[in-house]
Amino acid sequence: MSFHPEMDYAPARFHRSERKLAEAGEAFAYTAENQAKFDGIVTRYPADQRKSAILYALYLVQQQQGYITGASMRFVAGQIGCTAAEVEDVVSYYTMFYTKPVGKYVLNVCRTLSCALLGAERVTEELCGKLGIHPGQTTPDGEFTVIEVECLGACDRAPVVMVNDDWHERLAPEKAAAFVDDIKERGRAAFTGCHLHVEKK
Amino acid sequence: MAFEPVLTNHVREPNSFTLDFYLRNARGYEGLRKALTLKPGDIIDQVKASGLRGRGGAGFPTGLKWQFVLKDTPKPKYIACNADESEPGTFKDHVLMERNPHLLIEGCAIGCYAIGAKIAYIYIRGEFYHVQETLERAIEEAYRAGFLGKNILGSGFDCDVYVHRGAGAYEAGEETALIESLEGKRAQPRIKPPFPAVAGLYQCPTAVNNVETLCNVPLIVLNGPEWFAGLGPEKNGGPKLYCISGHVKRPGVYEASMHTTLRELIYGDQYAQGMLDGKKFKAIIPGGSSVPILLDKDLDTPASFDHIQKAGSLLGSAGLIVMDDSVCMVWLAMNLLHFYRHESCGKCTPCREGGDWLYKLLQRVENGEGRAKDIDLLFGVASNIVGKTLCAFGDAAATPVLTTLNLFRHEFEAHVKEGRCTLPAPWRAKQPVMAH
Ligand SMILES: Cc1cc2nc3c(=O)[nH]c(=O)nc-3n(C[C@H](O)[C@H](O)[C@H](O)COP(=O)(O)O)c2cc1C
Ligand code: SF4
Ligand code: FES
Repeated sequence: MSFHPEMDYAPARFHRSERKLAEAGEAFAYTAENQAKFDGIVTRYPADQRKSAILYALYLVQQQQGYITGASMRFVAGQIGCTAAEVEDVVSYYTMFYTKPVGKYVLNVCRTLSCALLGAERVTEELCGKLGIHPGQTTPDGEFTVIEVECLGACDRAPVVMVNDDWHERLAPEKAAAFVDDIKERGRAAFTGCHLHVEKK
Repeated sequence: MAFEPVLTNHVREPNSFTLDFYLRNARGYEGLRKALTLKPGDIIDQVKASGLRGRGGAGFPTGLKWQFVLKDTPKPKYIACNADESEPGTFKDHVLMERNPHLLIEGCAIGCYAIGAKIAYIYIRGEFYHVQETLERAIEEAYRAGFLGKNILGSGFDCDVYVHRGAGAYEAGEETALIESLEGKRAQPRIKPPFPAVAGLYQCPTAVNNVETLCNVPLIVLNGPEWFAGLGPEKNGGPKLYCISGHVKRPGVYEASMHTTLRELIYGDQYAQGMLDGKKFKAIIPGGSSVPILLDKDLDTPASFDHIQKAGSLLGSAGLIVMDDSVCMVWLAMNLLHFYRHESCGKCTPCREGGDWLYKLLQRVENGEGRAKDIDLLFGVASNIVGKTLCAFGDAAATPVLTTLNLFRHEFEAHVKEGRCTLPAPWRAKQPVMAH
């Protein structure tokens, strides 16, 4: 039964929080360097508000082991002084946290209006065709993941792709397949970066 | 009257983001120096007199917002700078933070002084990591030069500015959701009242201000409220950044006065230079994805908060998305509802379930499987979201459906009648995009 008699679909079940939750994984602790970074950032917030550093703490986990496991959530809970459920609550809400392994290069293709008007749907199609995967999947060799994301805030340089924390702008669909080859060959050097970095040109 | 950019005049020059450049070319931190000689209340009065309206979307007068920040309280106060910039079609704060970050830092410091805060948190969206690095470097420079930290410029005023990175959530741009996110929770709005000015971050009085809004503050302090108000139409003063994207020759961020018409922005030589490939104009969304569509007949409207509202839309975040006649309006609504469905924070039923339902209906119509009654159903569902949700997101999500139905109902009917998309553009995917 759907929640409304006129809605003759399977029950409306989509919600971003319904992603599959994390497996426990191996025991986790920050490296000494990451621990120092975390301890530094926490001081930016009032002493009784350590929870404000939770996103930062989770980014550190993700940098260290690539994705966020149950064990690492419990670790973060210990650092913050909250329950593991509260950490999971946060992890499952924000789209930039991964609860399963992703590729070395995560191709985040913007699919929202301005990018779509300049061929973003086809960029995803071409990338997925080239890599032999569907959006959301990772190639068997663990090199590439393709994810469709919503507006990245650089619509004048459409279509935009964010690769991990780097940017690649104006990726025309015709150039998508060659882009993949270029990354394989040159790694980060293949990205245009953000055009606002005029000095880098 | 020629308009001289004041927010973005140097952004194309090398090293414009450095303190050195800012001090030499932009009267850097002179606004802060001057502000510290004034009484906090006087700064608020100046901002009020300038008529500065919030650039984040709602256009609420900034001076008033600061005035509402509770004065008599033993609690600390905060500024939360909204650098979440996730409204589709908007990319102006991106430019300011990356190419003119010291202006924002100066604005944060003056803002803190005016409302009696000691800390400003800049909440930046997680995807702007490359911007964040620039911004943090600038903040470090400002600390070293004594423009931030303890006893700034010998005035006895202390101020810290920190960058706080989000992690992918449009809804974190809503002011109370931003505060929740800053507190380390899901970015879900709070019930208002109390407003952030009374109980915001950590239940303390907080002013939430957009990046572009704060960037205007040093200029008002330096050049005076009359100068600022005189730059635009009545109640729409100051410089404004317009983000133009879509089917235009030269998309980008352009600074202009709010006298400038939509037509000038789209066709003007110094702006977007007309339609891409000489195609015919079909429609424009003038204020980021959540505002009603305007047509060719509306293009002579000045792009000010009040004029655009009179024309039946909203200036919002000034994200102008321009579309040529290859765009199917059912597809457009479907594309945007995919966004809203994905980004709904899930707190209220009409938005969470309604958005999903609308998306599925639109997908069905777009793929040629719609029934005649789906069109009325779309209208019914969308109208039942409007005004029934906790935050403005609900209305925003319904808008793409209501505005396309209002202006292009015949396209919906044609899809149902012919059992296919009647305007399949070449830049679309070859396979219909599946819900996922
Ligand atoms: C769903 C939603 C998303 C929003 N996103 C943003 C945003 O990304 N950036 C922003 O500055 N304001 C955003 N706003 C507006 C803020 O709630 C708030 O009005 C604004 O930050 C206030 O600053 P201002 O007065 O300087 O405009 C959003 C509002 C809503 C309802
Ligand atoms: S309207 Fe939507 S985004 Fe806003 S609180 Fe409700 S569910 Fe969340
Ligand atoms: S629509 Fe792709 S960056 Fe905005």
